[in-house]
Amino acid sequence: MALDEIKIGGLGASRRRVEDNRFIRGKGNYIDDIALPWMLHMEILRSPLAHARIRSIDVSAAWAIPGVRMVLTGDMLAARNLAWMPTLSYDTQAVLATDKVRFQGQEVACVVADDPYIAKDGCEAIVVDYEPLPPIVNPSQAKAPGAPLIRDDKTGQDSNVVFDWEVGDREGTDRAFAQADVVSTIDMHYPRSHPSPIEACGSIADFNRATSKLTVYMTTQAPHIIRAAVALVAELPEHMIRIVSPDLGGGFGNKVPVYPGYVVSILASILLECPVKWIEDKSGNLISTGFGRDIYLKGEMALRNDGRILGVRMHTDSDHGAFFSDAQPSKFKIGLMHSAFSCYDVPAAHLTAQGVYTNKAPGGVAYRCSFRVTEAMYFQERMVQAAAADLGMDQAEFRRINLVRDDDFPHRTPWGFLTDSGQYGKCLDLGLEAIGYEDFLRQKEEARQRGRLLGIGISTMTEPLGAGNSREYDILGIKMFDSAELKVHMTGKALLRTGAKTQGQGHETTWAQIVAHELGIPAEDVLVEEGDTDTAPFGMGTYASRSTPVAGAAVAMVSRKIRAKARKIAAHLLEVSEEDVEWELGRFSVRGAPDRGVTIQECAIAAYSNMPDGMEPGLENNAYYDPPNLTWPFACYIATVEVDPETGVWDVLRVVAVDDCGVRINPMIVEGQIMGGLTEAYAMANMQFITFDEDGNCIGSNYMDYLLPTAWETPGFELHEVVTPCPHHPIGAKGIGECATVGGPAAFVNAVIDAIGDTGVRNIDMPLLPDRVHEAITQGHDVSGAPPVRTEP
Amino acid sequence: MSTLFEEVRPSDGGAGDAVPVRRVELTVNGERRAADVEPRLLLAHLLRNGFRLTGTHTGCDTTNCGACTVLYDGVPVKSCTMFAVQADGHEVLTVEGLATASELHPIQEGFKDEHGLQCGFCTPGMMLAAKALLEEKPNPSEDEIRWALSGNLCRCTGYQNIVKAVMWAAEKLGANVESDGADDAGDDAGGEG
Amino acid sequence: MYPSRFRYEAPSTVAEAVAMLAAADGEAKILAGGQSLIPMMKLRFAAPAMIVDINGIGGLDYHRSDPDGTYRIGALCRHADLEKSAALADAQPTIAAAAPVVADPLVRTRGTLVGSVCHADPQGDWASVMVSLEGAIVAQGPNGRRSIQVADLIDGPFQTVLAPDEIAVEAVIPAARGARAGGYLKLERRVGDFATVGVAVSVEMSGGSVARAGIGLTAVGPATINASDAAAALVGTALDSDAVDAAAQLAAEAAQPRSDHRGSADYKRHVVATFVRRIGAQIQRSEQEAA
Repeated sequence: MALDEIKIGGLGASRRRVEDNRFIRGKGNYIDDIALPWMLHMEILRSPLAHARIRSIDVSAAWAIPGVRMVLTGDMLAARNLAWMPTLSYDTQAVLATDKVRFQGQEVACVVADDPYIAKDGCEAIVVDYEPLPPIVNPSQAKAPGAPLIRDDKTGQDSNVVFDWEVGDREGTDRAFAQADVVSTIDMHYPRSHPSPIEACGSIADFNRATSKLTVYMTTQAPHIIRAAVALVAELPEHMIRIVSPDLGGGFGNKVPVYPGYVVSILASILLECPVKWIEDKSGNLISTGFGRDIYLKGEMALRNDGRILGVRMHTDSDHGAFFSDAQPSKFKIGLMHSAFSCYDVPAAHLTAQGVYTNKAPGGVAYRCSFRVTEAMYFQERMVQAAAADLGMDQAEFRRINLVRDDDFPHRTPWGFLTDSGQYGKCLDLGLEAIGYEDFLRQKEEARQRGRLLGIGISTMTEPLGAGNSREYDILGIKMFDSAELKVHMTGKALLRTGAKTQGQGHETTWAQIVAHELGIPAEDVLVEEGDTDTAPFGMGTYASRSTPVAGAAVAMVSRKIRAKARKIAAHLLEVSEEDVEWELGRFSVRGAPDRGVTIQECAIAAYSNMPDGMEPGLENNAYYDPPNLTWPFACYIATVEVDPETGVWDVLRVVAVDDCGVRINPMIVEGQIMGGLTEAYAMANMQFITFDEDGNCIGSNYMDYLLPTAWETPGFELHEVVTPCPHHPIGAKGIGECATVGGPAAFVNAVIDAIGDTGVRNIDMPLLPDRVHEAITQGHDVSGAPPVRTEP
Repeated sequence: MSTLFEEVRPSDGGAGDAVPVRRVELTVNGERRAADVEPRLLLAHLLRNGFRLTGTHTGCDTTNCGACTVLYDGVPVKSCTMFAVQADGHEVLTVEGLATASELHPIQEGFKDEHGLQCGFCTPGMMLAAKALLEEKPNPSEDEIRWALSGNLCRCTGYQNIVKAVMWAAEKLGANVESDGADDAGDDAGGEG
Repeated sequence: MYPSRFRYEAPSTVAEAVAMLAAADGEAKILAGGQSLIPMMKLRFAAPAMIVDINGIGGLDYHRSDPDGTYRIGALCRHADLEKSAALADAQPTIAAAAPVVADPLVRTRGTLVGSVCHADPQGDWASVMVSLEGAIVAQGPNGRRSIQVADLIDGPFQTVLAPDEIAVEAVIPAARGARAGGYLKLERRVGDFATVGVAVSVEMSGGSVARAGIGLTAVGPATINASDAAAALVGTALDSDAVDAAAQLAAEAAQPRSDHRGSADYKRHVVATFVRRIGAQIQRSEQEAA
């Protein structure tokens, strides 16, 4: 009799998480929990100014403090050719500033001491003499004639422009606009945001002079990429570097890049020949590490009166901060911005993009998204709402008319991606039914008669997840595969390692479920390990919702390799030919004689004790999976809100989410991902942003100003599902980790704009602060949130 | 620090270098502990680095995130916003003190069963804030739970499952109380609570 | 995250504490709840040479009413003590309204009203509440005790008229000349956020009209604002909507907000007026329900 897949924790089981056993006991092993013998502690001194020339740095008082073991400055690094490091976007970034500081919070010096309190004392004792320079905090300042040149360190860089880039069919799009009945336009800014995992970054570098081996424990979502980067930057042999990523207190893209703190802690360990620990504080994390978004849109849509979209034009201006260190693996300067409108049937589209340097923190990251997909889908869904309004058409109906139909796959998107599956109309209809669309429209009208403002916002989108196929992706030329290694022990228990790195997604639980599905080994018999480059197979890490699409696929593939070998062993044990062996979950049997069979566990012991002649012993293998395409989940998010017309405060009434991420490995975990994503969407729409004043001071560099919602404000979520298996993924799964963060914000913003629809306001930039909403209601104009913030009395 | 010796800097004639430390004695998870600490040492750091109770996390530097929440004489506090010296003579309960040797606290079970955690970093603080709530209000409403946990930030879960986890624990604790009453088992049989 | 070094003293009496402060030459800070002081020390915005921890001083954790109706709140009475007090809701409705919205639930278990008032943060809630109640702080120094009206106590952002060797030992709210009513409304984006705007309105109703009124404004000026003209506009009225409108207008004029990332100055003034109206309407509604 076949095993019950749910009972053994296979596909579809809401298996309780293995990793929780240590987390609920306070026995996780996060970076700051690791202590090595004779370990010293490092703290970073940061620039208080956004743009200034460094006249001098006096470190003598810091050296004089008892317990201070080393003070490092840019000059010391420059002497070792380490003052600058290469970025993932082919630029350079200062490790410690030598010539100028280029953003507030930039790393200027590091102090290593017996404990972090003393290291901080040391930082405070350093005297830096700055000559202030005018700061630049937005693209128009960056491009203004006579603007100060931020990157005067780069030869040939004579402006603050980082890149100009375009994609699409310019002429065809022009023709579409010439034929339009209506052209709908909208301008907006997607504010700078920060992934802000509750745990900030940190590292412990441990260089052993005797063996020349460097071990670095660090908060990284991509340990193997870090190993390669360290090999390049520090010019150490790659096999003598071991990166260990311990339990991560969240990542969300923030723990992908290489940060100066990591680099200096490594150097300090090499110089001091002892372990050096750097634990970033939250303020340092928010002010200096990988941000998300900060991009401006001019969007135009060519529309026919019957509601059809004829063409789309987008122009984006992106603010990259002081160094172009976007941590993104796509081959496109503006990431996957041109995945916008992938769920709609749009005949012609053209995108131009320009990026600039500013005096702000560098290092755009894919904050809970594939790079720029969040902005793409937000712009798309805001443009769609404005277009429906311009046509005087119901927003749901406008979407229904333009969504790609089920029989239209594979579908070439307006900018050339290939989507392969989905039931977009079904998801929309399910969402509308769940929220009670028609009823709500009636309630809204009744409320309006009584002076109350209700609104409903819809966001529908498909997004490219799972970086990625080599047509669209690489990291410094390396293809974006991932890997799995499976060792089935003789007792049928197994060890699985992958090149991904969990940060809360529950890989230790779900990967075992894939093995259970493929081999019938109960999930509880499979130990999953990740994050140690000395033991894990080479992989590209976890971000861009790539774990399930790529590493998860590798887990399935390696399990199938194991099964293929086990089948040969089974044939040998059953004394039949391989063709006469049939597989059912967990067991091989003889065709036509189902009672004669052997379990996978019996094959495992035989692999070490009784294998066929000529067969290598053992039941171990690995798989490297290079995905043929991205996966394209679809989502429909609908929010209803009530706006207080007197104060501009808005409250969420309900949120309905319909997600189609293909086959769900662990439904409980998938739903957890969706709820977490929706919360970040709500946060961005409502309160969470980083902005700057005209002096370049970062506002949002701590949790007093950078607001994450609490349990009190965060609304409840009603989840629904549609399952359209991914046609090219071994188990039919698609990415899910970021969908709600990507698609969610537009639902909230569309709802608020819908609520104040009578004002004619088309846009309020996120976050929809009460002040901004109130201004839109009372003044009847769009409200921009672009920095600098207004600080006049 | 070694008990046999402590390295000091070679004297340069000055005599005022000695850093004053104070002896603190406190009860941590039911066990009496003592340490000599600098007054500036935060309670969170004494627990983590002094007593190696690393389940108490520090997630921010502005007293907002609540990852460091412990029970101080039974009251939930942010241990990053107290000095260790203030704990002298007091009782502290950390996440490590929630479970007994043989069984988990129902709050721990609830967090696991309702998927109330993902990365796990905020979880110890959440659970201790929840424990304080349930001791005060054994049957809290959803709003009361959300209110009581609003000093603890979570970035992963969206709180919905955390709320369910606390409700799960409330139910189990309630059932324990009832069954304790029913079989008149006295104080010890109920385990923790 | 790592405070600077300081000397630590934990006196067991107020007199001892005063002596320590006097010896510290203005370099000492008092640690009560510490929920504002310690965060500032962690960021090294504050680095006092000495900390005088008063948590070990007995008998300061009370809040109670004198027989004559005078209300006293000791220096170690925590926000949570006020929040959880059933008696307070009737006796001191403005305080009862403010207590649950101060900071967050965990900060409230440690932080104190007296400490918050003396911290003199323009964004602090309690000072506005106390101003609206004509409350005072009792300070003890080497020469004994004195009482200072909260409206006079604060003389700038994070500045008070307390002498370096004085300790605030209690807050005192004078007895009402009628039935108390009042409220506190705070615009914040999430629990624990600093107020964008906070408004405290306290009235004492006698014979259907307002015998005394006070209005305090949070986060709309360089210090807590005592909107006394606005409050005066309520006295003698039946708290009708015209009177409340007039007070709302005057309160908005008394505000001195600054535009920042939380909102424009005009918006904050508008919210001040709106909140005065809303609290006025709340009081009226409950008066009507009572009648």
